[in-house]
Amino acid sequence: MPIISYREALRAAMRDELKRDENVVIMGEEVAQFNGAYKITEGLLKEFGPKRVVDTPISEAGFIGLGIGASMLGIRPVMELMFWSFSYVAFDQIVNNAGNIRYMSGGLINCPIVIRGPANGGTNVGATHSHTPEAILASHPGIKVVCPATPYDAKGLLKAAIRDNDPVYVMENTILYNDKGEVPDEDYIVPIGVADIKRVGTDLTIVAHGRAVITSLKAAEILEKEHGVSVEVVDLRSIRPLDEETILASVRKTHRALLVEENKPFCGVDAQVAYLIQARAFDELDAPIGRVSSIDAPQIYSKKLEDLQLPYPARVVEAALKVLA
Amino acid sequence: MAKPAIITHPESLKNPAGPSEYSKHPVNTSLTKEAKIALYTKMARIRHFEQRCIRIYQQGKIGGFLHLYVGQEAVAAGTISLLGKHDHIITGYRDHGHGLMVGMSMKECMAELTGKVTGCSKGKGGSMHYFAPDKNYWGGHGIVGGQAPLGTGLAYAVKYRGEKGSCFTYMGDGAVNQGAVHEAYNLASLWDLPVVFVVENNGYSMGTSQERSTAHPGCLAKRAEGYNMAWDMINGHDVYEVRAKTAAALKRAHEESKPTVLEIFTYRYFGHSMADPDKTYRDKEEIKEYRDKKDPVLLFEQELLGEKVLTPELVESINAAAMEEADAAAVFADESPEPTFSDITKHIYWEEDNRSKKSTSSGTIIFE
Repeated sequence: MPIISYREALRAAMRDELKRDENVVIMGEEVAQFNGAYKITEGLLKEFGPKRVVDTPISEAGFIGLGIGASMLGIRPVMELMFWSFSYVAFDQIVNNAGNIRYMSGGLINCPIVIRGPANGGTNVGATHSHTPEAILASHPGIKVVCPATPYDAKGLLKAAIRDNDPVYVMENTILYNDKGEVPDEDYIVPIGVADIKRVGTDLTIVAHGRAVITSLKAAEILEKEHGVSVEVVDLRSIRPLDEETILASVRKTHRALLVEENKPFCGVDAQVAYLIQARAFDELDAPIGRVSSIDAPQIYSKKLEDLQLPYPARVVEAALKVLA
Repeated sequence: MAKPAIITHPESLKNPAGPSEYSKHPVNTSLTKEAKIALYTKMARIRHFEQRCIRIYQQGKIGGFLHLYVGQEAVAAGTISLLGKHDHIITGYRDHGHGLMVGMSMKECMAELTGKVTGCSKGKGGSMHYFAPDKNYWGGHGIVGGQAPLGTGLAYAVKYRGEKGSCFTYMGDGAVNQGAVHEAYNLASLWDLPVVFVVENNGYSMGTSQERSTAHPGCLAKRAEGYNMAWDMINGHDVYEVRAKTAAALKRAHEESKPTVLEIFTYRYFGHSMADPDKTYRDKEEIKEYRDKKDPVLLFEQELLGEKVLTPELVESINAAAMEEADAAAVFADESPEPTFSDITKHIYWEEDNRSKKSTSSGTIIFE
């Protein structure tokens, strides 16, 4: 199987879908002539032309709203946000319009839009460019949110998102863009709402999403080698819909749970996951649920400190040992 | 340098009495007698529907907000009467007039106000959220100016599909200071999209007059120049003028795929919404002046009586029928069932309402 990067996997998904459906349009700042701020869309303008791959002005409320309006008439826009942090100036469009239109019209109107881009800290760019809004957006019924952690999932989830008839927000991570992995050439999708067990174990369940999955896998290695602990890592892949059954099945097997995410702790995704576990697997737990999030402050600029603000393997190991104690 | 004077009314509004100078415009002379009667009938239907709503609101049967279109009928009637198969419509929350103009029934509109399952949005949208996509009507939007990018996107889709069409994107005068509107203006002009932005200027953004809300030279439509767009001012009390000047914008959209900003001067007789006591920002004399001398329905009625298209008997029967239709809609709304408890969690996701083996998603999507 070919080994390609997360970046190439996203591009492959868009290329496939552009070929498959003439209503798919790639749109965003610098996606066409500049070949993408992160080169995700590199070469797509040359291959598909300016009708299908469209540069927008720096005008998120305008072009995202335009994409939502176009999607109501059956166009399938795949909008790139240079940072998900920039979604905040388009919040009314992203939440009120895309998220509510089907409901408020009593099911008469659909909004098959995809908005994608990086949503992560850890790149030394300060608080305004380091937001992780998956919990904020997933808290709105009507919206779907996915967070791929690997190249395979990036391609499969983006293709599923483009074919989906509801608004799907794909949150990527710039630090993962160069990560490589096995990705089939052929057509496949990763169904939205299906978690993936990235590592099988028996003593502790770690639930994570996005880059926190990679961090957790590194921590699991250390826990096995240095502490003889067998860790299972559940990658949520999708925040809403949420694969509750896979989380619960793993906890019922290991009886201990540690939740890891790069969000800030207050009202993070893991607050919902912790509620789920205590509500439906309370008697299975041998210890209180543990949690590792980013340190609760706006993202710091200092590189050295930002690396400590985000979850990192040693911090996950320490938290795991507490849950295992 | 002295500031340019602010224009809040077009010249043609100063002397509204007498026949419309636009009655001889080809877009109006081409109307058959029947079409003119139908246009008048539609305006009368909007008037009587809205007035019937007041009674139902006062009976406590309409929750939330109720923004009435009384006084503004010629804007929706004049513009929408020109539209064809590939022309789309989207507006803000004062959306009843547009809904009736595109052909929505009074029954589904009234039932939506009372939150019934027979309403156009099945009781999930309310007064501000009418939708009829089968009639190219895309709402009904509650956030001021938030519909402007959507309308621009509908026009983008029309152009993308190679259709000769447009999207009429309506907003109030209060919306022109929202960033989303300016972003939509820029994109529409930059990409040559067939949008017609219609600013329905009734003089007040809720309780704040234009003078107190908006910095601009001349009229609001002139802001189009900053985006290299065509614009025009229209007396919205004269449905013939609305049609004549809108036709040019529609042609620009159809033939050149270019946007236009139309500022249509109009007036609402009631408060911003029924929750507005309407006592702090304008006096009763002003409202009386408009009602007595510039009423768009009465002016068109006089016009058509002068043209011998209408007769007093026909006027009476048209209005009686509209009132009867509104009464029947009120009864229908009263007698219709409420949505059921399980309806709360329907129509959230297409995927959830259309589960199949082809679904691209699974898992828990509605949470307890």
